[in-house]
This record gives sequence, C-alpha cells and structure tokens, in this order.
Amino acid sequence: MAEPLLRVERVFKRFGGLLAVDDVSLAVEAGRITALIGPNGAGKTTLFSIISGFLPPSEGRIFHRGADITGMPPHLVARRGIVRTFQIVQPFAGLTVHENIAIGAHLSRRSRADALDAAAEVASTVGLDGLLGRPAASLTVAGRKRLEVARALAAEPKLLLLDEVLAGLNPAEVATMVPIIRGISDSGVTILMIEHVMQAVMRLAEHVFVLAEAYLGHGAAARLSAAGGAHV
Amino acid sequence: MRGPSIAHIVLVIAVLATVPLVTASNVVLNFLVVALLIALVGQGWNVLGGYGGQYSFGHAAFFGTGAYVTAILQMRYGVNAWIAFVLGIAGGALVGAAIGALTFRSGLKGSYFALVTLAFAEVLRILASVAAITGAGVGILITLDLRPQAFQFQSRAPFYWIVLALVAVSLVIVRLIERSRFGAWLVAVRENEDAAKAVGVDTARVKLAAMTISAAITAAGGGFYVQYFLFIDSGIAYGPWISVEALLTPIVGGIGTVFGPLIGALVVKTLGELTKLIAGDAPGLDLVIYGGVLVLIVAFAPRGIAGLLADLHGRFARLRSSVLERAHG
Repeated sequence: MAEPLLRVERVFKRFGGLLAVDDVSLAVEAGRITALIGPNGAGKTTLFSIISGFLPPSEGRIFHRGADITGMPPHLVARRGIVRTFQIVQPFAGLTVHENIAIGAHLSRRSRADALDAAAEVASTVGLDGLLGRPAASLTVAGRKRLEVARALAAEPKLLLLDEVLAGLNPAEVATMVPIIRGISDSGVTILMIEHVMQAVMRLAEHVFVLAEAYLGHGAAARLSAAGGAHV
Repeated sequence: MRGPSIAHIVLVIAVLATVPLVTASNVVLNFLVVALLIALVGQGWNVLGGYGGQYSFGHAAFFGTGAYVTAILQMRYGVNAWIAFVLGIAGGALVGAAIGALTFRSGLKGSYFALVTLAFAEVLRILASVAAITGAGVGILITLDLRPQAFQFQSRAPFYWIVLALVAVSLVIVRLIERSRFGAWLVAVRENEDAAKAVGVDTARVKLAAMTISAAITAAGGGFYVQYFLFIDSGIAYGPWISVEALLTPIVGGIGTVFGPLIGALVVKTLGELTKLIAGDAPGLDLVIYGGVLVLIVAFAPRGIAGLLADLHGRFARLRSSVLERAHG
C-alpha cells in the first residue's frame, strides 16, 4: 500500500500522571474526508495538537508524506500544508473578518492586496462574504466557526484538521455547514475532522477512526454505523 | 487598509516644519524638540508594544545604548558625530535583537516580558554608573563644537528640523509596516499567538524583528538627545524615566496607531509644561500628572486619543445620518 498523506504511529501523550493519548495509530489517505470520533476526554484534540506541532508527543511518531514531522514547530507544519482549526475558536478578536482571513492567506502571499483579495474569495466559499468588515469579536458562534474554517482554508492547506467545527451549531446551521465541508473536500483538500455530530459524520466521512479511552477502532463509515456506533 | 496614507504624514510633517519660520522663541522650539524626541522614542515602543502587543518596561535599554554609543565614539574614539549617531542606532538595534532573542526564545510573555525588559535596563544603568568607558558616575560631556558637520548648531531650528525628520521617517516606517505582510503577522501575534502559529506565522521571528526595529527607532532618540543636550549619564540614559515616557506617549495618544505616539507626546508634554506653570518646579509633580492622565486614558479611552477621536467621529456620523433619516422619513 502506498504511503498515506498522514500517518500517526503509536503516539502517547502524558500530562503528569494523566494519560491523554494512549497508543494511537492512524492513517489519513489523500483526497478523503476522515473523521475522528470518540467520547469527551478521549484525547482527540490533544492528538490534533500533536499532529500540528503545538505539543510534542511523549512517545510515537508523526509522518507526513513519509517524512517524520514529529516535534516540528507549528508554523513549519502549517507551511508543509497541514493547517488546523481550534475547537475553542481563536479569532484575532480585534481585527475584522476580512483581516482575520487575510492572515491565513499571507502564508503563500506576500502582498497585502493579494492576501485581502484571496481572503474575500475564501470568505464567499464559506458564506462570510456579507460580514467582511465586521469585527471578528462581534460574530455569533456559527460565524466564528466559519471564520476558523475560512482562516485555515486561506492558508491553502493540503490537509485540513477540523476540530469540532459543527459543535454548538443548531441543526439549520449544521445543514449549511455540511455542504461547505463537502465543497472543501471536492476542491482537493484532504480533511481530518473531529466531530460529535454523528449525522454529519455519517454524511461526510468516508473513513472513521474511533478513539475511546484505551481503544482505537476504525472502519468504513457505513460499516461502522451498521455495527452500532463506537464498537466496530 | 485602515490608517493614514503617506500623504497624511507628509502633510502633518510639512505643517510642523513651518513652526521655526513662524516663531524664533527658544521656549517654544525647545518644548517642541523635546516633545518630538519623546514622540520618536514612543514610536519605537509602539512598534513592539502597540502593534506586537509585547509591553516593554525597559526601552531605556535602547535609548541609553543609542545615547552612549553616540557619545563614546565621539569623545573616546574621535568618530564623526553623524557617523557615531548612525552607529548608535545600530548599537541600539543590536541590544534589542539580543534581549529579544533571549526573552522570546525563553517564551516570556505579558508581565514576565515587561519585568525582564525592566531588569535589563536596570542592569545596564548600574553597569553604566560604574564602568569607566561610560564616565561612571560623572557621565560624558560632549565637547562644544557648533558646526553642522559635528551635529551641533548655533540655533535650535536645525535641531528641530532634524528631530522632525527623524519623526517623519519613523511615521513612514510604521505606516509601511502597517500595510506589509510583516505588519499583518505582527498584529496577528498581538491578537492571538496560537492562531497565528496555526496559519504558519513564525511568531518568535516576527517578535524578534519587531523588537529590533523598535529598539533602533528608540536608539535614534537617545543619539539625538546626546547631540541636543551635549551630556549623558547613566540615570538619563538608562533610567526608568525614559522607559515610562516611551510607553506613556503611545498609550495616551493611541496604541497601535501611526500618529498615536506623536499625539501622545504633544499632549503629555503640554500637560507637563502647564503643571510647571501652575505649580512651579515641584520635583515629581509632572509624574503625578502623568499617572493621573494614564488612569483617565486607561479607564475612559483604552484606545487613546486617536481611538477616542475615531469613536467620536463615528458617533457623529451615525447621529447625523439618523437625524437626516428622521428629517426625510
């Protein structure tokens, strides 16, 4: 089998006596939407932080296109094309929506005008085009989640790590967000998403990893559903 | 992008440049030279503190280095004053880069960063007060040589134009930073460092660059101080007074804005002079006034005078449009 886009190999993370990530291995194939599900406290977000370079693992390796990126600082991971969003949204609160997204666009664009143009384009793909001039701090929860996606997307990732971008949204908002994520995937971006909204996971993900305390199961989404949730 | 254009800067500087043509009063010119000098020092702080969100309490370290390098090269090594001044700026930038590398590599933020920068300035002050090369407790007097090539002038007007030119350069630098990618990254670091890292910003490097530029601008103020007053000692060069002026002026005028430090310096210095007029030369009274102004600004106008003006302008525009709507509705 060919080397996957991202491979997590036997990763452990300990915070003092707490074992946050316990022996997790997974692979993300290019071009797909892969979901990572599991109960609260299973270590999903911690795993995202490890993949994106915000935390070093206690043990284990992360490979991107076959290259070992374990312990690489976050900005270099991002420059390799792996960009994360944050579960607890992290807007540049004092800046406008437009300026927020432009920071992402600056990763590959030096000129301010180019970055702002690209940001406006990305904003329209996630449905933020009417709010460009608004301060990020004034957005609703749904708006902030979109802003997280937009800013990451503007950095033109090859692999987008979405951390619960549907959490806290009402069913109508989820329904508008699902096609946006599908659209990002169709444009050629590989997605690894942490999600609790199972209805969305079932509609989007082609492959699902289940992270449950000391156990990691995985399978095709349809099979997983047939098996009745977390136990594959 | 938001913010003034280069044309605005040119206009403001052009208006200020006419002052010596209107008045030859030494009192007025001296007041403005000192105010502009503080505006320059404050603009340095503004790059790192206002745009980068890294609050330094020790900009005296850069001011003092600029001053001492300018003075020492002239008096101990016979270097031309102008060259010494330029090397003073370079020296300040170097100290900024060194302190930045040490503090940012150790991940110091917020109050820890503030305290460590204060400590660096104090260490330099104590070293300068005992080392022979800095004149120890006596300080350094620059030999009187009133020729332009020695960066000394008969009248105050040339000094005024030179410090105004330095302020102009600092305004343009800050405006260029504001509309560059570096500036966007710097503001991103201020607003949310983790979010910046996640989209590929090398935050440590951005902060280091900001600190180096910031130190260079403030060091230019130190070098100018030496040429204007022809004297420097450890208390002036590295004393807390200049660290306080450096952060007070942008906070009062409008933190993270191009004109904030200039507005702040003019307001703060005017208040200082008014205090002297009313209360005489009671030592420390100007500091009491500064403290009061700072409390008022932080409480009622956290974005400074520039922010306050923008808010009032916005409110006025809204009021006018609602009145017009009502009139037509």
